[in-house]
Amino acid sequence: MSGDKALAPDAAELLDRTRRLLAEHPPATTDRTDFLRARFDAGLAWVHYPVGLGGLGAPRSLQAVVDAELAAAGAPDNDPRRIGIGLGMAAPTLLEFGSDAVKERFLKPLWVGEEVWCQLFSEPGAGSDLAALGTRAVRDGEDWVINGQKVWTSSAHVARWAILIARTDPDLPKHRGITYFVCDMTDPGVEVRPLRQITGEAEFNEVFLTNVRIPDAHRLGEVGDGWRVAQTTLMNERVSIGGARIPREGGMIGKAAATWRARPELRTHDLHRRLLDLWVDAEVARLTGERLRQQLVAGQPGPEGSAMKLGFARLNQAISALEVELLGDEGLLYGDWTMVRPDLVDFTGRDAGYRYLRAKGNSIEGGTTEVLLNIVAERVLGLPPEPRNDKDVAWKDLAR
Amino acid sequence: MTETPKPVAAQLDLLYSEAEEDLRAAVRSLLADRADPQTLLARIEGEAPYLPGLWDALAGGIGAAGLLVPEKLGGQGASHREAAVVLEELGRAVTPAPYLTSAVVATETLLALGADEGGPVAELLGALAAGEKTAVLAVPLSTAPGADPVTDGPVPAVADAAAADVLLVPRADGLYAVPAAEARITPQVPLDLTRPLAVVDTTGVAGTRLAGPETGGAAVRRGLLAGAGLLASEQLGLAAWCLEETVRHTKERHQFNRPIGSFQALKHRMAQLWLELVGARAVARAAADALATGAPDTELTVAVAQAYCAKVAVHAAEECVQLHGGIGMTWEHPAHLALKRAKSAQTALGSAGRHRDVIAALVDLPAPG
Repeated sequence: MSGDKALAPDAAELLDRTRRLLAEHPPATTDRTDFLRARFDAGLAWVHYPVGLGGLGAPRSLQAVVDAELAAAGAPDNDPRRIGIGLGMAAPTLLEFGSDAVKERFLKPLWVGEEVWCQLFSEPGAGSDLAALGTRAVRDGEDWVINGQKVWTSSAHVARWAILIARTDPDLPKHRGITYFVCDMTDPGVEVRPLRQITGEAEFNEVFLTNVRIPDAHRLGEVGDGWRVAQTTLMNERVSIGGARIPREGGMIGKAAATWRARPELRTHDLHRRLLDLWVDAEVARLTGERLRQQLVAGQPGPEGSAMKLGFARLNQAISALEVELLGDEGLLYGDWTMVRPDLVDFTGRDAGYRYLRAKGNSIEGGTTEVLLNIVAERVLGLPPEPRNDKDVAWKDLAR
Repeated sequence: MTETPKPVAAQLDLLYSEAEEDLRAAVRSLLADRADPQTLLARIEGEAPYLPGLWDALAGGIGAAGLLVPEKLGGQGASHREAAVVLEELGRAVTPAPYLTSAVVATETLLALGADEGGPVAELLGALAAGEKTAVLAVPLSTAPGADPVTDGPVPAVADAAAADVLLVPRADGLYAVPAAEARITPQVPLDLTRPLAVVDTTGVAGTRLAGPETGGAAVRRGLLAGAGLLASEQLGLAAWCLEETVRHTKERHQFNRPIGSFQALKHRMAQLWLELVGARAVARAAADALATGAPDTELTVAVAQAYCAKVAVHAAEECVQLHGGIGMTWEHPAHLALKRAKSAQTALGSAGRHRDVIAALVDLPAPG
């Protein structure tokens, strides 16, 4: 297989390669993991990635051709919900900043789903103000020694690897002096504790890092350049939407509409009016996502991704709130308060009470609504920035 | 509980083509030259409802009036997508022009009759497309697409009637074309100073019968549906102007030794408007494309667009007035023109409540029994 980028495959060639993969590894008789490994080796995992790293250097938009053909043949998928942090955030960062050895070591098991990733960014004192983080990384020979505490870490209890940002120079202002690493979650200094939340379950964790040793070979980007590397991760977090087409009534509104249709005795005029308003909002959100997807395919990415995140949060909260009321006496009940540690986040699963409580997180996780509105105002509308008094002060001199 | 998600309709093209952007640039430049806010303010208190020469330049010069009309009938043979772009620009500038009423509603109604070359419908369409004449449907501006309006006696709140050449009159026995000169047209004082209203009475005036009640009724509904769908684009353009103007003002205006646009309380309100605009643009484009391609769920897409965009335009105009402070309350600043247009347009071609009723019926979300 040649790595010549001038010969990037077109849709017809990708279809041809996909059919060859299916012929050589019939999904009905091939082990799921074996199939996914073969798919990776054939360059059909993420076609825009380089040859040898699960891709073919093809245009990103052609992934849909491959996915549709595989789905039609009943091929297993790599369960992107479970490995979302790895796929959406770790992988693009590893690709851009990792050494060849790092890319070859990590990308395949990541994509296949054999190794789950988590993200050690947020800290108790550094949430929205992420650059204020205080976890320390101190150089010791060929290693770095990490000490600190992270929080809101999804999947930490099942993760094999983590992307981690830590402070390597406290004498610099907070955005500088940060370095980016790949952390081994099986290191004896890593302690993961479940963090029970509003729904009763522990989807997130606290992670305590005590003298964790990370080899310098697992550093991504230059020492002190971790904030810039983290921007790549965070940008990709927001780009990861817009890939798939959502059907009409595809999200939470579908649940509420189904209840409305099935249970005439629950209907009131007030709820009808509110349900229709939200149905309209959900349809507008669907079309907004569709337009964003078309912009990306046409090579005209816009800032609309932030609108999707903000709209999704508001809509999920409003619809799930309505559902609890719609269900009347049943809405007074809650399925199960037992503390469990789910492997994956499920926004629309379980019952209306769970959805109502879980949706509260939608306006906090991945950037609070308030911070995202500031970003829209400043970066999209060009409004003057908030006054800042922390930009040129050494991190160690900031009030905490 | 079983889920019954509706099938996704054929993919709508929600982007703008290069040709559409060229058309936008031509219309925007014409309006900047001929219909700037100061010119509008001077004109709205005058006698004539429209700016002299503007319609000729827009309809005839640019050819905007004939976008929906096939070339063989003297039009541009374009589609609702292009007409929507023109309306976005007319909305941005809150332009007084009978575009929505004549070039969209009346034109679409006539097109739905199926024009034979040489017949009266074709002849009228040719004149409308060339910008030589304007026509309006003689129904109240608030008439929703699903309605089956029949004119009997004086009809209030007919938009753009006072300067129209031809009235399309739905009567019990069919659809008629009536020369405006033969009707009694009494101008009213409109809330929206840029969209003149009048009472129209064609009682006793025969006119030319264009179609029977069934064909005529379907044509009228088709005209109103196109009007409601494309009004969403006018509302989008208006909202976009309100936000841009508000951002510009709050970046320049200083209070408490800072530009007021640096205060988070204001920034969040403008960011919120931007979010609403992103949605409005997607759904207005969807309505225009659905009308252009005859998508099977056009009626639903139009209702969604109206239920959403009307609200966004009013919100943007109200925020524009508020965030301009005292200046926003003055007659000299054009914010009030936008507010008056947005608030009136909320009632035009069906209120949000009527559109929600349509949606409830189409997607099987019935009201309590």
